[in-house]
Amino acid sequence: MSTAEHRVDDLHLRHLTKRFGETAAVDDLTLTIAAGSFFALLGASGCGKTTTLRMIAGLEDPTSGSIHIGDLDVTNVPPHKRPVNTVFQSYALFPHLDIFENVAFGMRRRGLKDVNGPVMSMLELVELAPLARRKPAQLSGGQQQRVAVARALINRPDVLLLDEPLGALDLKLRRQMQIELKRIQTEVGTTFVHVTHDQEEAMTMADTVAVMNSGRIEQLGHPADIYELPRTAFVANFLGQANLVEAEIVSASAEVVAQAHGNTFTLPGDRNFAKHKQVIVGVRPEKLTVLDHFNAHLVPDSNNRVTGRVTDVSYAGVSTQYVVRTPWEQDFIAFEQNMVVGDRCEVGDEVVLHWSPSHTFGLDGTQDVNAGISAEALEETRAASSLGGE
Amino acid sequence: MRWLRRNIIAIIAIAVLVYLFIPIAVVAFLSFNNPASKFNIRWNEFSLDAWTNLCGVPGVCSSFATSIGIGIIATIIATVLGAMISFALVRYRFRGRSTTNLLIFLPMATPEVVMGSSLLALFLNMRFPLGQVTVIIAHIMFIISFVVVTVKARLQGLDPRLEEAARDLYAGPRATFRYVTFPLVLPGILGAALLGFSLSFDDFIISYFNAGTLVTFPIYIWGAAQRGIPVQVNALATLVFVLALLVVLVAQFVSYRKRKSVQAH
Repeated sequence: MSTAEHRVDDLHLRHLTKRFGETAAVDDLTLTIAAGSFFALLGASGCGKTTTLRMIAGLEDPTSGSIHIGDLDVTNVPPHKRPVNTVFQSYALFPHLDIFENVAFGMRRRGLKDVNGPVMSMLELVELAPLARRKPAQLSGGQQQRVAVARALINRPDVLLLDEPLGALDLKLRRQMQIELKRIQTEVGTTFVHVTHDQEEAMTMADTVAVMNSGRIEQLGHPADIYELPRTAFVANFLGQANLVEAEIVSASAEVVAQAHGNTFTLPGDRNFAKHKQVIVGVRPEKLTVLDHFNAHLVPDSNNRVTGRVTDVSYAGVSTQYVVRTPWEQDFIAFEQNMVVGDRCEVGDEVVLHWSPSHTFGLDGTQDVNAGISAEALEETRAASSLGGE
Repeated sequence: MRWLRRNIIAIIAIAVLVYLFIPIAVVAFLSFNNPASKFNIRWNEFSLDAWTNLCGVPGVCSSFATSIGIGIIATIIATVLGAMISFALVRYRFRGRSTTNLLIFLPMATPEVVMGSSLLALFLNMRFPLGQVTVIIAHIMFIISFVVVTVKARLQGLDPRLEEAARDLYAGPRATFRYVTFPLVLPGILGAALLGFSLSFDDFIISYFNAGTLVTFPIYIWGAAQRGIPVQVNALATLVFVLALLVVLVAQFVSYRKRKSVQAH
């Protein structure tokens, strides 16, 4: 499994579009996925991530645009002739063949004679060699998942596509398989393109994450960069949680100052993406510090601050989550690490939330503040706030 | 009273089973009879004559063989055609697809008397000589419906991702069909063939209309019933029943073993 002999090329998608009737599932997507990288396409169901994957695999024809692997145009190459293999959602193992034959399937179809050695060493890589003669139905979910990976990887594809490969596993096994997949990827050096709706999975596994929404890429980059500096409200809400306040810019230079509801927020100019006066000021919940209002004098003058009343406290071991209702009836969420024993704020307490301007970001104010939050979640917060308001 | 209440389901179940199996038991029982008159309906004395001399009565074995032959030919042709129709109906979008879907059910819904007589009218109009060929054509007609229904259900239940996985793993259209689609649909096709054969073997009404001078096993029994059914018919009928039972038992046993081995791991 040495990577030196196996040269891999970058994957290029150029103006890739797929329409189903009037709606564009994938809308003019241009993207380069570096050879040997672990790339995650992240998005809610229906955002076009699976359609993109299927077009790379050749199982779906693009309406327009092209797909290249290195210099090779594979746009019109049928799936069985592409140097691309897929790990399907819920695996799609052949139920009538045993594990060995499932893994050997690709090699046999390519007319390779000596399959025994490669198949067994591949099964060894995924630690399933003793189960070679079992049928898929006799394996656990995690084992089936590994067979699916082995069945695709044995063909040494230029690109390995993974379609929600861990979706069917329970939480603990999923964590284990995330590490396992990452290990295998490092070992074989193949380009992995991973489709998922699980933002935590995307962040822990991938070198590069692309957040997709309605057929387009909202933001692309290293997981930490996207998380710390989201460029749209959708990314801010979909990738983790965010506190977003609609505000108006009053002065902009190296430092941007914005006002909303009588509060003044400052943020570095290079963290502001608002083009006009309207801005959405945002901050991640773990960047907030919660202080009892008696201690308000402890807040550094340069910090941004918001006052409010605690409406909910949930203790989760490593951290505590506070929900704080502002005077303008908005819920702020704050995570605090449990550094101190006792002396936590309680429901009903008047508190001050404060955070550093360097953790603040500014988004274009013309977009929907709630983009990226599912309808059910919105409904839930609304129901909760109407209860808390009484 | 309380005992009755507790066991009422078992009692009804046994009663229904007895009701279902009494005719078969009587047929099997009377196959060991040596009847006093030419009508084998009253127990006289035990005899193995019918079993040791299965073809002892003229016409019994030849009609039996005729029915088996017709069943095999009609089943093979109907299964091949029916399976192909099912693939077309499930996999391709074409003009008249939903109409075809409906029409294919029609032979199942048509009363056999109507189908038998209209086929006869057709053959007579065409001056087609009645006999083995006309019976086979008639049987293929109604078996196809059953094959299409069975195979279609199997095909629709097939996960489309399995075929996509095959295509993804370097199998072209032919190889995908040969190594994935066909093996997975095969049990459905075999089941349809078994059902088709038993329908053909059993058919009287449609066959009677279109047989001409040909004598199938059901037609033979019908004719013999007027003059007294020979004991050999009971013996052959029992034999067929036992064979069918064996097929079912073996199938059950195989699926039981499969399930057990799955549970064991």
